[in-house]
Amino acid sequence: MSAETQTTVEAAPREQAEARLRPIRWKFPITYAILALISLAVFALLAPAESQTQFRLATSTDFFTIPAITVPSAPTAWVLGLALAVLAALALLRAVQRRRLGVWHPIVFGALFVLAFLVWAGAGRGAVIPLVTVLTGALALSVPLIFGAMCGVVGERSGIINIAIEGQLLAGAFLAAVAASLFTSAYVGLIAAPFAGAAVGALLVWFSVKYHVNQIIVGVVLNVLVIGLTSFLYSTVLTQSPEIWNARQQLPALPIPILSQIPIIGPVMFNQTILVYLMYAIVILLQIFVFKSRWGLRMRSVGEHPKAADTVGINVNRTRTINTIFAGSIAGLGGAFFTVGQGLAFGQEMSAGQGFIALAAMILGRWNPVGALCAALLFGFSTSIGNVLSTIGTPVPSEMLLMIPYIITIFAVAGFVGRVRPPAAEGVPYIK
Amino acid sequence: MKLELKGVTKRFGTFTANDQIDLSVEPGEIHALLGENGAGKSTLMNIIYGLYHPNEGQILLDGREVSFDGPGDAVEAGIGMVHQHFMLVPVFTVTESVMLGYEPTKGAGLIDFATAGKRVTDISARFGFDVDPDAYIEHLPVGAQQRVEIIKALSRDAKILILDEPTAVLTPQETDELITIMGQLKAAGTSIVFITHKLREVRAIADRITVIRRGRVVGEATAASTETELASLMVGREVSLTTDKEDAAPGDDALQVQNLSVIDASGHVVLDDISLSVRRGEVLAVAGVDGNGQTELAQAILGTRAAASGRIALDGSDWSKLNVKERLNSGLGFVPEDRSTDGVIAGFSITENFVLDMYDQPPYANGMAMKPSVMRAAAVEQTDRFDVRLGTVDDPVSTLSGGNQQKVVLAREMSRDLKVLVASQPTRGLDVGSIEFVHRTIIEERDKGTPCMIVSTELDEVSNLADRIAVMYRGRIVGIVGADTPRDVLGLMMAGVPAEEAASQAAAHKTTLSEADEVAEEEEL
Repeated sequence: MSAETQTTVEAAPREQAEARLRPIRWKFPITYAILALISLAVFALLAPAESQTQFRLATSTDFFTIPAITVPSAPTAWVLGLALAVLAALALLRAVQRRRLGVWHPIVFGALFVLAFLVWAGAGRGAVIPLVTVLTGALALSVPLIFGAMCGVVGERSGIINIAIEGQLLAGAFLAAVAASLFTSAYVGLIAAPFAGAAVGALLVWFSVKYHVNQIIVGVVLNVLVIGLTSFLYSTVLTQSPEIWNARQQLPALPIPILSQIPIIGPVMFNQTILVYLMYAIVILLQIFVFKSRWGLRMRSVGEHPKAADTVGINVNRTRTINTIFAGSIAGLGGAFFTVGQGLAFGQEMSAGQGFIALAAMILGRWNPVGALCAALLFGFSTSIGNVLSTIGTPVPSEMLLMIPYIITIFAVAGFVGRVRPPAAEGVPYIK
Repeated sequence: MKLELKGVTKRFGTFTANDQIDLSVEPGEIHALLGENGAGKSTLMNIIYGLYHPNEGQILLDGREVSFDGPGDAVEAGIGMVHQHFMLVPVFTVTESVMLGYEPTKGAGLIDFATAGKRVTDISARFGFDVDPDAYIEHLPVGAQQRVEIIKALSRDAKILILDEPTAVLTPQETDELITIMGQLKAAGTSIVFITHKLREVRAIADRITVIRRGRVVGEATAASTETELASLMVGREVSLTTDKEDAAPGDDALQVQNLSVIDASGHVVLDDISLSVRRGEVLAVAGVDGNGQTELAQAILGTRAAASGRIALDGSDWSKLNVKERLNSGLGFVPEDRSTDGVIAGFSITENFVLDMYDQPPYANGMAMKPSVMRAAAVEQTDRFDVRLGTVDDPVSTLSGGNQQKVVLAREMSRDLKVLVASQPTRGLDVGSIEFVHRTIIEERDKGTPCMIVSTELDEVSNLADRIAVMYRGRIVGIVGADTPRDVLGLMMAGVPAEEAASQAAAHKTTLSEADEVAEEEEL
């Protein structure tokens, strides 16, 4: 190839030019600096002197018991606050040098900030902060988010924007509750739930692919439809004879021998219902199959460049239809967590906006199953902290604590994600 | 494999794109399909490739009639196609792109990446392609992307390969490599259908030539025909392929670009320290392969893209602080490269499009009020002068053909008194007749003393219009050379080789096309 052997204009000065000309990004250093200041000014300065914070790490079933950790509140908060300030300074230095920070930086910063917050919030209360409870709650609150985000990943990777995750979760919760109640078996509910989500997915893809309706509008309409339909049936049929239609059924917890006795991890991860184990399997399988399988390659090609897929004999609209319906069944299964997963009866609008948070988790996770999992866990964790703190009592009003996950959502999606790259043909109907 | 078409007809509504087309391609033959933009070449190829169903007619492979329900069937039958706009997913690797639709698996639907990668390396090695199977498509230059497309077709055992306008995006040297590849494929027994509207190429490459005009086969020719013969066959009348023009009488520097740098949204340098000036009464052509910063340069001059550093000035007055409207009002005529997205508003009438950037200026407006009758009269007058074929000026501009839409854009920009004209790809997608007209108009503007900057990826256009040529590569100016610079030298410069080195390299190694040109010139003398 003659073109490659010729001398060409040097590439090295180009990078120098980029380093010289690229505008300094102030967003991250400023955010870090503000958070570090909050940590020093609030957590460290306001921590009552001479008080202590206790963390409990163990549960009764562990192999061995880790003793509760007690730290002096104010000095610990000072140390953590100063560490945060150092990290913020490092971010500033890197920004001025126009260099990127490693991925460890936000993770370490976030962990230290949360720790500083807990040290302050738990200071001198006498109550211990039960870390295992926080983590168990985090996982439980994440389950519907994770299922919803997986649904979003599969749908959007094939090119269909799915705003209807909320409706799919709700439909799954409803059908799971009703089926479980009628057959007095939580497992029947678990089997029924995916069909409800798949039905909503089928409507979404039918309007999107066949009639080229704007997918966001279809999604919003479907959410309203599912809310209306389930609320109507709830107030008519379900409340008439709740013992037949809406009796509580709960999936039993199935502790995995040995694994469930590992301190901290065991009780959090391996003493769960079959639904949660299914979730682990779905995330792992999706992560492998989306990127390494024939199905995943074709799905991604349809979402990125449908015409290219068509020219190699892939049926674009059929691929989108199948994947969106399959994705809907994942969300439907996740909806079952609201009812049979937690042993609750169905209640109106009980999905309470989780579908939208799942959508945010998917974007924050960059359309990647494991990424979406991490993002969903972050939201679940922040909600869980709020819940635990409001029960042990803290200086922060409980309404503020309830806001935490949404504040994190805004920061995460607006600030920390930056420019993300959705599938190129997302939301665009394929018309030959 | 032998491919025959008999009486193939394809209609879209009332429009007949292909009318009773007969065509036969022998095994191991390079068969050129020559025709203007919009003549129906691509429609025909999409029929062969199974993307469209013909309304009438037969397709025969080795004498056996076939009918394709989709591209999958066509590929199965041994037909491969390299589309003009590559059918490659930018975020996929070469291996992923090649195997898509035909993935080797190892149980459970998991892809056997080793086998797939080996297939790419094997084909790549057999034809001397230098393609890394693990590279991402979006990081490859267009020439390499095209080789990936060819590997894709060959990996499915294509016996007939359709190349749709394959040279449109290549430098002359890359074209040369493509010609070598086509020769190898031909030697291996592959039949090639080569679609083009470029006359130079068909004569150098093709064994036989079929000319299509307005959806009909209007003649067959061999490589021995002259360019003029082919051109008149293709267009249907005598055409002059070059614009007659006087030598330029350049005045002072008018438009000055000094040390201009531009950074795109993701932080990459797209223009790196560009300096050039356009003199009064000359055409400066900016040449280069698409995507080397020409678009950004034009946008920076218009003001739709902010400069990271450097300055742009017209007649000594700095434009840095001016917004787009102020620049247009101070005498900038701007023809955008993509008329359908930036040049016209499809749903607006021809009149409205005609006044798009002067609707609030006298004589078309008086204070807050627009004067529709004045606008309409001016639109009628100017569209007549620019020979726009239209029903009435009240029709939406979308009812016009591409060439006529482009004339509306030119009429709008040139009906004002211009201090400078910047035109990007002024003839992209136009037929030969319209190209002639647009070129003449630009030269007339030049002769009025207006400095003109033409951005073009077509070397034909560059050498036809330019008084000076600035060649761009990766956001920089490789060199500014005279209009008489040979194509081979320009081609090397378009790949980043500095002017002097390019001249000595080009002298040492002539491309197939320029050799063919020399032969043709001797014949005509």
